[in-house]
Amino acid sequence: MSETVIRASGLSKRYRLGSKVRYRALRDTLTDALRAPARLWNRREGGSKPFFWALRDVSFEVQAGEVLGVVGRNGAGKTTLLKVLSRITRPTGGRAQIRGRVGSLLEVGTGFHPELTGRENIQLSAAILGMPRRELVKRFDAIVDFSGVESFLDTQLKHYSSGMQTRLGFAVAAHLDPDILFIDEVLAVGDLEFQRKCLGKMGEVARDGRTVIFVSHHMNQIRSLCSRCLWLDRGSIREEGDTQTVVAAYESAVLSGEAHVADSKKVQLYQWEITGSQGQEDHRIEQHAPACFRFHAFLPKPIVRGVLGIHLDDELGRVIWHLDWSFTNLEAGPCVFHIRFPYLPLRPGPYMWRGAIFDGGEWAELEGLIPPLIMATQPIAYTQANFHSILDLPFEIEAHSTGQPETSEPSGRSSFPAVERP
Amino acid sequence: MSDSGAVLSPAPIAPVPVAEIAPRRSWLEFDWGEIWRYRELLYFLVWRDLKVRYKQTVVGVGWAILQPFMTMVVFTLFFGKLAKIPSNGIPYPIFYYAGLLPWMYFSNAVTSTTSVMVQNQRVITKVYFPRLILPLASVVSGLVDFAISFIVLIGMLVYYRVEPRVGLLLVPALLLLAVATALGTGLWLSALNAVYRDVRYVIPFLMQFWMFASPVVYPSNLVPARWRWLYDLNPMSGVIDGFRWGITGHGEVNGFYLLISCAAVLVLLLGGLVYFHRMEDIFADVV
Repeated sequence: MSETVIRASGLSKRYRLGSKVRYRALRDTLTDALRAPARLWNRREGGSKPFFWALRDVSFEVQAGEVLGVVGRNGAGKTTLLKVLSRITRPTGGRAQIRGRVGSLLEVGTGFHPELTGRENIQLSAAILGMPRRELVKRFDAIVDFSGVESFLDTQLKHYSSGMQTRLGFAVAAHLDPDILFIDEVLAVGDLEFQRKCLGKMGEVARDGRTVIFVSHHMNQIRSLCSRCLWLDRGSIREEGDTQTVVAAYESAVLSGEAHVADSKKVQLYQWEITGSQGQEDHRIEQHAPACFRFHAFLPKPIVRGVLGIHLDDELGRVIWHLDWSFTNLEAGPCVFHIRFPYLPLRPGPYMWRGAIFDGGEWAELEGLIPPLIMATQPIAYTQANFHSILDLPFEIEAHSTGQPETSEPSGRSSFPAVERP
Repeated sequence: MSDSGAVLSPAPIAPVPVAEIAPRRSWLEFDWGEIWRYRELLYFLVWRDLKVRYKQTVVGVGWAILQPFMTMVVFTLFFGKLAKIPSNGIPYPIFYYAGLLPWMYFSNAVTSTTSVMVQNQRVITKVYFPRLILPLASVVSGLVDFAISFIVLIGMLVYYRVEPRVGLLLVPALLLLAVATALGTGLWLSALNAVYRDVRYVIPFLMQFWMFASPVVYPSNLVPARWRWLYDLNPMSGVIDGFRWGITGHGEVNGFYLLISCAAVLVLLLGGLVYFHRMEDIFADVV
């Protein structure tokens, strides 16, 4: 007896590049108008600014009680889709019809004000998220209970720790009780125990027959909660179907370091690999051996005075190494940068390259290059100590007993790699 | 029927709301019913404004009284006693205070409404509600300060032995006119400010200019008669004149001038609504 509650057809959203990122000063509009008066007039039709389609012709349906997962890279349009569906911003084209009360959870603690107390903030946030007052009265105790901040209810929010604010925010949101719920990544916050609690609540909501659209980068969350899945790629639906199939396809695409040229207007680093290796081991290096990397970029126009910025981040997002390298004169089109290290003294585990190309000082975003760099843990068996700290520097260490000067042999000696081979 | 029958029968549910999401066809599509449905949010936003406004101040809500009162003292000393600006026989303190009440409400309301979209940027980009609620709340919350400072005016009337008059009944209508003017102006400026942050630098200057274009520090009969029609295009001049007349009976209220003011408000408000409404679609993208 399923009934279609969300029907989207041809949803598109176009942004003018630049206008989304920073606000305009009147001066900009005036100078634009002075330079080309006709341009201001024609702005709605085409204009001069490059456009960017955050969503392009997205059509899908969601049945009542379904939990739909949305996956995709950063910038694939996932959040934009939720924003359009929750009516925060209007689509440029297409239409959607939604039947039922909608609750959208694009952040935790929407509408919180630091000067107000916890109790007041619960009331305010509930009102902003659309919970009627009489319902709030009924659920107030449950919200306080869930948040676990009851002893601080009459303390101003600005004195709360960020964890407490998050818990309070999620507690309000979790008790919204709409027919349709849109959730964006909110579970990625808070401590582990709280995350588990949130996930439990989400599962409860899903089993309750509520309709949910859930955006996440955590494939395990998607797998455990969603029955169906949508893979967004550069604003369009790449694949749609049951969760296992779509997530598997998405993961293998991500792992194969699939080329990603989102829009050819922007300078972009889109792919990297290890020079000289083939197949599976393309993104995996061995310790204490020379390592050569190749970064592929696409330049929409020639670069005269460029800077290549590369970061190597560890699992926790810490920048382990970075490079700002100035170069001159590169033709438009694809190009390749080679970097050679005599060795990379890193601990085993996953690392992430982030790279950007600056053109004459214009700021560019450092984009994470997928897949991650894996410092191999095989075939060498590592001791536990090898996983501590960031660097795995080659070293030699000796110990001498200095009491008896006639002993010439060291009593202990070790050198790199400090591992025992099987 | 048994209990199970009752369980199976569908519970009486409110009609399921259906949201249509599509590019806007016309800028004149207003959904007034929606504003009404969100009245609770309006209430909470006003409540938040009031709660937050005087938080962490020593004098607290006393500022609502102190601000117009101190200004009145300064005006009385400099414009009244020193510059000897005529006050049409009204005691200077009452003349200035009665003018400052609507003026300060208006000026504060416009100033706070202008920044309301920017200040609520986080909320605007994260959740949907009719955006019109924000400037509405901002304009309404100023009325509480007005009410508090009005109590002081009553005290002053008693002190100066001004008899209560029938004209006082005009005050609520004039206040409504001031609210409409503040809302109309605020709609324009808040929408503009969301896109062009230049607006916030213009506001102090605009308010100062506007004050001198209204009969706050001088009576309006100083304005040459042939310019009166232009002068009364500013709705606040009608409001302030009307206030003084309604409270003290001195001065005059000309129905024709008041009508000009009303027409000006109507144009300002409708234009503001259309412009704000047009910008509503892109607030989340540009703010």
